[in-house]
Amino acid sequence: MSEPTSRAEAPDAGELTVEELPRPGRFGQFGGRYVPEALVPALEQLDEARQKAAVDPEFTDELARLHATYTGRPSILTEVPRFAAHCGGARVVLKREDLNHTGSHKINNVLAQALITKRMGKTRIIAETGAGQHGVATATAAALMGLECTVYMGRVDTERQALNVARMRILGAQVVPVEHGSATLKDAINEALRDWVTNVATTHYCIGTVTGPHPFPEMVRDFHALIGEEARAQVLELAGRLPDAVIACVGGGSNAMGIFHRFVPDAGVRLIGVEAGGEGVESGRHAARFASATPGVLHGAMSYLMQDADGQTVESHSISAGLDYPSVGPEHAHLRDSGRAEYRYATDEQVMEAFSLLCRTEGIIPALESAHALAGAMEVGRELGPEALLLVNLSGRGDKDMHTAAAWFGLVEEGST
Amino acid sequence: MTTATAGVEDVLARCRAEGRAALIGYLPVGFPSLEGSVAAMRVLVEAGCDIVEVGIPYSDPLMDGPTIQGAAAAALAGGTRVDDVFTAVAAVREAGGTAVVMTYWNLVLHRGVERFAADLAAAGGAGLITPDLIPDEAAEWTSASDRHGLDRVFLVAPSSTRERLEVVTSACRGFVYAASTMGVTGARENVDADARGLLERVRAVTDLPVCVGLGVSTRAQAAEIAAYADGVIVGSALVRALAGEGELTQRLDTLRTLTAELAQGVREGNR
Ligand SMILES: Cc1ncc(COP(=O)(O)O)c(C=O)c1O
Repeated sequence: MSEPTSRAEAPDAGELTVEELPRPGRFGQFGGRYVPEALVPALEQLDEARQKAAVDPEFTDELARLHATYTGRPSILTEVPRFAAHCGGARVVLKREDLNHTGSHKINNVLAQALITKRMGKTRIIAETGAGQHGVATATAAALMGLECTVYMGRVDTERQALNVARMRILGAQVVPVEHGSATLKDAINEALRDWVTNVATTHYCIGTVTGPHPFPEMVRDFHALIGEEARAQVLELAGRLPDAVIACVGGGSNAMGIFHRFVPDAGVRLIGVEAGGEGVESGRHAARFASATPGVLHGAMSYLMQDADGQTVESHSISAGLDYPSVGPEHAHLRDSGRAEYRYATDEQVMEAFSLLCRTEGIIPALESAHALAGAMEVGRELGPEALLLVNLSGRGDKDMHTAAAWFGLVEEGST
Repeated sequence: MTTATAGVEDVLARCRAEGRAALIGYLPVGFPSLEGSVAAMRVLVEAGCDIVEVGIPYSDPLMDGPTIQGAAAAALAGGTRVDDVFTAVAAVREAGGTAVVMTYWNLVLHRGVERFAADLAAAGGAGLITPDLIPDEAAEWTSASDRHGLDRVFLVAPSSTRERLEVVTSACRGFVYAASTMGVTGARENVDADARGLLERVRAVTDLPVCVGLGVSTRAQAAEIAAYADGVIVGSALVRALAGEGELTQRLDTLRTLTAELAQGVREGNR
């Protein structure tokens, strides 16, 4: 696995100089609103709607009711001693976002955005999805609230997450496979943005992670912040102290921001994000943005971006569709540059080992995305030793990944495909 | 090297004095090849484009429909580099045309805004059209374009509020780009409905020339828009002509014919 990268080792940002103005939607120099002018009114409307909703009991009570009676919150904490034996003997507790309705943390954000869609008087909701978990959550919320739903998904991802494509269609959503570019998450976002700019009068774009133009990174973080709020209280009750480290996988970065946010003021708690190392950073086939990327703009936000000498986006690679994205949420870029959070990566191989270990030692099948956090915990536990207490965000369950896992471990019978 | 260009505003003023709208034609550099794109841009100038909009192919063109997406992908696959845009701009200038560059923002940001502006000015380019940069994020570009005397063309759309129209038009120099419809680039049957209303609202807040783009593909549409706009912008239709079957020389002929028709169109606007 990688050495943690820090500011000092950061790749040179080249000639990029961005004036640091105290503007809304900025995390240090990152974030902002790099969008077609046609979308500005919708972003302003959304920003106003979510700020009003945040202080309106009609919204906050309804969301709390849905989380209690539909999502299944609060999600529980599970201590995993047999898995922890492979983490240098450190104490490891999992925040079980995999037990939420639809099987991942994504539903936290989607229910809130769907309620806001209705408050704005819009009747249609669109989404991009990589692993399909955000798409399934959006299709679910649309079914629950009577909204029309279209989900854009790269063709490569529709193949490796076929189960979730079926789930979305069963729920009544239209799934549009996106053929161009790398045919993965980044291209699905391009297509969703094209739909949005065309249909913005009736349509809300429910972005599934802490990326995109302001107010999305802040808003999506706020809708996931309950993960960290619950977990902090649960860990205090379980162990009588705060964890030494909070560990989460980072695709766009929503589950990580969700669990990190409440811990940011706790200076003694290390915040550790784990990116997709793919086939290794040297191979070029990875999504370890912080290990190789420089600042740039993609999909409306300034952040770290995998790009070539001209500023063209470079395609990312990961065994997990949900982490296969060449940029990262702008708040992570800021947390990293300011030194508050640290980021490392786990290769596909390390991830599959961690995945298998959790299955066999604890009877929990994690999503491949979440298995990156587990691989991170194995490494951090070995560094910190048996006194350490690690809180790991188990962002989703692995049913959708059975096909990939079976192929990786050679569990598919000859001729049974 | 390059002599001082007529700025975009001079060109538009000259067209206005002739009692007509200007024709602005978009083509991406590097499609179907670097040489082919430069030859095609010369054809635009010769056949009656008053301004050539030189596009830089980008990996994630989220304001473009399938036609321009396809051309951009082909240009990138063919090895097109950002540097090539300066070659194309200089060629347009040499052919006697006026060139503005259309680019997604990260390509400028990555080169360095100041360096990009200096290179563009040195090549004889008049300015930049920036489809994914709003004035709120453009502080660095504003000062660089001032330093190098370059035009800044931001977009307005049918969704723009009066407040946004004021923000955007006061940041523009050269002209204002009015998107005719909500959506991405690509030929459309009807472009007039939203455009006319938007034009009226833009005129109420600025004296700058206003050019209309997105969806225009025929002489009749050009004439319709020329009745009330200062310029008519055509993109996908030209790219499609260049993307057709057959030898490049044949496709350049098709492009020449279409450009000449559109140039007729902008002269037929009943003002
Ligand atoms: C289970 C799970 N975890 C993590 C992610 C990555 O997203 P983020 O980094 O926004 O949490 C996904 C995305 O699809 C996911 O399905």
